[in-house]
Amino acid sequence: MAWQRKILRVDLTAGTCTSEALNMDWAMAYLGQRGLATKYFVEEVAPSVEPLSPANKLIFATGPLTGTMASTGGRYSVITKGPLTGAIACSNSGGYWGAELKMAGWDMIILEGRAASPVYLHIENDTATLHDASALWGKTTWDVEPALRKIHQDSQLKISSIGRAGENGVLYAAVINDLHRAAGRSGVGAVMGSKNLKAIAVRGTKGVAGIKDPKAFMKATQAAKAVLAGNGVTGEGLPKFGTQVLMNVINEVGAMPTRNFRDVQFEGAKDISAEAMHAPRETDGKANLVTNQACFGCTIACGRISKLDQTHYTVVNKPEYWAASGGLEYEAAWALGSANGVNDLEALTYANFVCNEDGFDPISFGATVGAVMELYQMGVLTKEQLGIEAPFGSAKALTYFAECTAKGEGFGPEIGLGSKRLTAKYGHPDLSMTVKGQEFPAYDPRGIQGMGLAYATSNRGACHLRGYTVASEILGIPVKTDPLETDGKAGLVKAFQDATAVFDSAGICVFTSFAWTLVDVAPQLEAACEGDWSLDNLNVVGERIWNMERQFNNAAGFTNKDDNLPKRLLTEAAKTGPAKGLVAGLDKMLPEYYAERGWDTEGRPTATTLERLSL
Amino acid sequence: MPATIRVTLKLYASLGKHLPPDHRRSNEITLDVKPDAVMADLVEPFGVPPPACFLVLVNGVFLPPSQRPTSTFSEGDVIAIWPPVAGG
Repeated sequence: MAWQRKILRVDLTAGTCTSEALNMDWAMAYLGQRGLATKYFVEEVAPSVEPLSPANKLIFATGPLTGTMASTGGRYSVITKGPLTGAIACSNSGGYWGAELKMAGWDMIILEGRAASPVYLHIENDTATLHDASALWGKTTWDVEPALRKIHQDSQLKISSIGRAGENGVLYAAVINDLHRAAGRSGVGAVMGSKNLKAIAVRGTKGVAGIKDPKAFMKATQAAKAVLAGNGVTGEGLPKFGTQVLMNVINEVGAMPTRNFRDVQFEGAKDISAEAMHAPRETDGKANLVTNQACFGCTIACGRISKLDQTHYTVVNKPEYWAASGGLEYEAAWALGSANGVNDLEALTYANFVCNEDGFDPISFGATVGAVMELYQMGVLTKEQLGIEAPFGSAKALTYFAECTAKGEGFGPEIGLGSKRLTAKYGHPDLSMTVKGQEFPAYDPRGIQGMGLAYATSNRGACHLRGYTVASEILGIPVKTDPLETDGKAGLVKAFQDATAVFDSAGICVFTSFAWTLVDVAPQLEAACEGDWSLDNLNVVGERIWNMERQFNNAAGFTNKDDNLPKRLLTEAAKTGPAKGLVAGLDKMLPEYYAERGWDTEGRPTATTLERLSL
Repeated sequence: MPATIRVTLKLYASLGKHLPPDHRRSNEITLDVKPDAVMADLVEPFGVPPPACFLVLVNGVFLPPSQRPTSTFSEGDVIAIWPPVAGG
């Protein structure tokens, strides 16, 4: 089996670290990572728990393929109840930290309670110890990583940490590992901060032993890697242009949310696109993009590494930002750019650096700035309140707000509330472009109808990574569907949601699904793990995980009324592009979706459904 | 019927390099083509093999592969083309 069969439980209140056996019955039913950790979470934590209280728990979990030779097998997830949404939160990250934890001999870490003062967790194979982190509190993630390597005299330490945003309770604070990989969404970093846990530093030298059939596993992973290499998207498109190649695609199809979703096309999209990142700058003749980068075991390598123009106003006399670091991915470029009408590529890159440096989600941050700019344009918020003039399109306002949010200064703490709480505070809740309190990513549901349903029903609030129907509706993967049609989208959304739950639970990256289906995943799991990981069973496991998450949210107080979209998307038609005249047709899709899922009209799984899924 | 119609061709991602150098930053070029021109007639003069055209949008609307050999264009159409791409 590819599980290490061992969990680290850390009681931060008592200051203890204990080892316990992994519940293999649960592993057989929930696979690993997202599914298995959520099973532990829902068994141990009351749905009513206050997210930032000591009673909430925080789980860092790997999957059975994490740390193995499976392509992209470097993933881990952070599971908790999210402070931004009050719903189940599960944020997934790449880099090298997840594989290191697995190779230290652990499947997951369950963190509970709250330390009396700041601490960090150090793991060296079987040994786990808590240490005083007073000297690290107030530091950025970029300062913490080298500091811990120096303290432990170990240049190979892999570190997940929070920056000042997590300490200051920014409700969409992220956990950052390897400087610029993020468990980004839903505020998992704020929960870590509430526990006075600054970082988890891991060194693992044990490898992943116990692969069920090593020869079959090698054969299966090699075959799957050949599929990735031979596919135009994963073999060529993503390595060369990254996710940012979507900027011009989504703008052309008229589904680019612009200026807080007032428009569906952005005239400045070309200036902040993948193509623009490749083009030499007029100022210094160099391109924004330096290279691509792969996470552990990845044969796609879609990551962007960028260098800023040293003469740009954001970094003049700030050499700490002149080195190459994590560049813009599509969702961040959209949220920092189009959502605010900002087309300054260097300003967006700088804001993205700040998000990584101090650990907060650029999607929720950028989308909240979009709401702030709209409130400013309306005269509800003023220059005196904000500290700067903030019309749509102001790069200087965007980067100023990023700094304020990172440091907890000026208007930053208000932006750190997220757009739902901020717009409600200033009397305009309809301007919050959120579902269940979480900001939308970069696809307008008026132009991609299936995404409206995917957002409305996502278990962690508005999200593209819970059911990426863009692949089918726009890109034709695996089959092309019409983005302007609502018919058939209920089944499509369900299929994407359930399959994604499996990818997220296996320890691999969901981007493999541009080339792989579960047909490609099943042989890898079958060779690595004991148990039934046939295609049929994987489909059941994915659906089981989705319904388990749904049940937690229902018990936490969510109802069918929360499976909704903002009024703007339901009543204000798209003004341009192929979707001109259309609103999001959620009312047509949602009842069909409930029926597809085997839920009642209130959005609750029926007894028959629960029995079928062994829940 | 006019002798030619004017359309805009946009080539993105790795297809952009096929455009003349002064059009690569904008990724687009204006073309005067015969009214019966199809997609291959637009891209082949730039050295783009039609099979490399994975995603083809006409005014933002997907043009299915089956229609690409026969579908003609109208004055003012914007034809945007990508190789295999995805993101998220």
